[in-house]
Amino acid sequence: MMNIGIVSYGAYIPMNRIRIEEIAETWGRNPDDIKKGLNVFEKTVPSPDEDTATISVTASRYALSRVNIDPKDIGAIFIGSESHPYAVKPTSTIVGEAISAVPELMAADYEFACKAGTAAIQNCMALVRSGMIRYGLAIGADTAQSAPGDALEYTASAGGAAFIIGKEKVIARINCTCSFATDTPDFWRREARKYPKHGGRFTGAPAYFRHIIGAAKLLMEKMKTKPEDYDYAIFHQPNGKFPVTVGKRLGFDRKQLEQGLLTPYIGNTYSGSSPLGLCSVLDVAKPGDRILMVSYGSGAGSDAFDITVTDEIENFDRDKAPTVRELMERKRYISYAIYAKYRNLLYWE
Amino acid sequence: MGLAVPRFWREIPYRYNLIGSRCRVCNRIFFPPREVCPYCRRKSLGKMEEMKLKGRGKLITYTIIYTPPSNFENQVPYAVGIVELDEGPRITSQIVDCDPEKLRIGMRVEAVFRKIQEDGDTGAIYYGYKFRPVGEDEDKGETG
Amino acid sequence: MRDVAIIGVGVTKFGELWDKSFRNLISEAGTKAILDAGIEGKDIDALYVGSMSPGRFVGQEHIGALVADCSGLDTLHIPATRIEGACASGGMALRQAYISVASGINDIVVVGGVEKMTDVVGGEATNILAMAADQEWEAFFGVTFPGLYAMIARRHMYEYGTTREQMAEVAVKNHENGLLNPNAHFHRKITVEDVLNSPKVADPLTLLDCSPISDGAAALILAPLDEARKYTDKIVKIIGSGQASDSLALHGREDICTLRATVEASRQAYKQAGIEPKDVDVAEVHDCFTIAEILAIEDLGFVKKGEGGKAVEEGMTRLDGEIPVNPSGGLKAKGHPVGATGIAQAAEIVLQLRGEAGKRQVKDAEIGLTHNIGGSGASCVVHIMEVV
Repeated sequence: MMNIGIVSYGAYIPMNRIRIEEIAETWGRNPDDIKKGLNVFEKTVPSPDEDTATISVTASRYALSRVNIDPKDIGAIFIGSESHPYAVKPTSTIVGEAISAVPELMAADYEFACKAGTAAIQNCMALVRSGMIRYGLAIGADTAQSAPGDALEYTASAGGAAFIIGKEKVIARINCTCSFATDTPDFWRREARKYPKHGGRFTGAPAYFRHIIGAAKLLMEKMKTKPEDYDYAIFHQPNGKFPVTVGKRLGFDRKQLEQGLLTPYIGNTYSGSSPLGLCSVLDVAKPGDRILMVSYGSGAGSDAFDITVTDEIENFDRDKAPTVRELMERKRYISYAIYAKYRNLLYWE
Repeated sequence: MGLAVPRFWREIPYRYNLIGSRCRVCNRIFFPPREVCPYCRRKSLGKMEEMKLKGRGKLITYTIIYTPPSNFENQVPYAVGIVELDEGPRITSQIVDCDPEKLRIGMRVEAVFRKIQEDGDTGAIYYGYKFRPVGEDEDKGETG
Repeated sequence: MRDVAIIGVGVTKFGELWDKSFRNLISEAGTKAILDAGIEGKDIDALYVGSMSPGRFVGQEHIGALVADCSGLDTLHIPATRIEGACASGGMALRQAYISVASGINDIVVVGGVEKMTDVVGGEATNILAMAADQEWEAFFGVTFPGLYAMIARRHMYEYGTTREQMAEVAVKNHENGLLNPNAHFHRKITVEDVLNSPKVADPLTLLDCSPISDGAAALILAPLDEARKYTDKIVKIIGSGQASDSLALHGREDICTLRATVEASRQAYKQAGIEPKDVDVAEVHDCFTIAEILAIEDLGFVKKGEGGKAVEEGMTRLDGEIPVNPSGGLKAKGHPVGATGIAQAAEIVLQLRGEAGKRQVKDAEIGLTHNIGGSGASCVVHIMEVV
């Protein structure tokens, strides 16, 4: 089997944080109930000058800084997001230009709620395997929108991760990937609408849990693996509870989840969610470590990945870019009023 | 801003990737790139070559803007500084991801990629460089 | 080259002149100057006018012809030319008028400066003024004009220990002088504390470190010295004229704390006049921000580099000081209708040299200097005048 996988990776989250207390108190809710209910304590907030394009560029530059790859050898850039700065006009060309990968470049923006970033990884894998490209850059990034006062406001955050996919000097081999998708409208945003709508508790059992469990089981059947074969497991993390619950149902324990579970302190970065979890695992992984990652995108579908960390990671310059933990530590807290200003919740003529 | 997109589009390589120019006669480096070296003039014609700058440098001076021009209102107060790049040229840029009160002359900074302006909420978005302070021990970054 | 005299001056009130249009302002200043000189319209050979951005401020370009027209000179079909050099537009117009008379091409020339700045809404004036900076590599990134001078100020504080209090003293002095100038925008005494406690504009500069947005116009009548006596006895001769440029962007200059354009323009003017800085009895300098007056007195050679703040603090530039600077109140208190400023400075020096400056009269002033800056120092015009 051809060794295809992750050649490098980079993560980025904005440095602004808002605490659950700030949001809850604005809307007259008890913050303890929310923190307990969601297992989320704070979330990232993009600065007014940050968007999915800037997050993608930063994560991609971090990925490139860890390896010695000519950006011109990147043949494809795919960015998964549900907050592309333009409805029509690709984010991927902005990134392509900013990392000097243009003009011989396949570039496209993906959308599949929170799993478009992992779909980008799969497509890059296919292009590398077919020989159409040498390296592909797959990005999942978002500056997630949430209506003021909506339950999503406690979690919708910003961040992203970029992966250089290739077959040379692979630090994490992707042994297998498979997907599970059905038409399940649990969460959506209509064309030209600013904020998404969701089905409340319907987003749980028939949506998140069914698809993640479906994809994970499919993958483990194909690979003939059991939960205990994995050192780390990462599940899409819309809040701090769902991934723990789904892990438990699948037979994973908390220790396998810990390193990749970021939502309690950064919120739900949507398309960046499971990819950032994977970055956090790669920040500490050792040769031979085996990783299960399952994303989830509303609407609905999951992409599952079986990954093995290779010996190459020993030669890999992880220190050339900040780790997810380092990014999490760079922070400044903002009030709800500043949040409202940054997120354009205040209107004036 | 009411100005046509090409005016911004043609600056993309320089604003995204800090492409400057070097005079092959005197080896001085400029940003933005110049067609003629102001020191060698005639001798430099045809001898100016583009080069990518690393995006590291130090703060020469700065201000904190409280009365902004249009398009910058929601960032107030924000810092703007003159950065001397390690390669030599000086550059005016916003200094972000910092407490403006803690800036100081001589501080090390590195380039980041940010949204600079947008033409209202229906027009084009213009990206480019800003700088952020880096700790003396923190020598990793997106432009590395 | 012929000697050139200024034989007439006219200045409007400066300020927020809601009932005055661009046309009202320049025709009022021009008419006053013509009456002051005792000339008639048919004596005029040419017209020059300095204006920075009438296109943006009042939506009107083609200012040379407009000014001739609204001053009643259209039927004479004289050449009428607008000069633009940002805030140095007025000074540059004077220099062009001076060159045209000195060369012998024209005899009687009227030169005006005008800006009508309050016909735009809200922050638009800030945006328009920022066009004097490098649009692509400074203003695009969010720096304002006060921001550029604030960066100079911070570096000056860092290199020379200049203090906020010293800068504030510039504003205090100029407001004191402005109290004595009936045409000044502000007639209000302020204290150092007022300056330090006024709202921040671009740290370290506060609102009272900045010159205001003003409407206003000024005009002068130039004539060959030989012919000046035909019209008037009150003759002031231009004995030196210098102009220089520098990189448009502040970051393009090796020394942020020195305006090389000032150094070079004043060197030319001093050389032509055959004088030294210490010979200047009174100066109108470009104090668009308080730090700018400190830079000016250093770069004009009145004090050594780095000692400007201390000189202001010690009262050297007060009306009764060693070299009174900005007796008119300067841009700070008299107001700064940008295109008018360079001409208004010259008008003030003419009045001072004629001994007609009223309560703000500098004693025994015989040699006066004007210093007009464009942008953050990319243009500078210096004129030196002497009473005849």
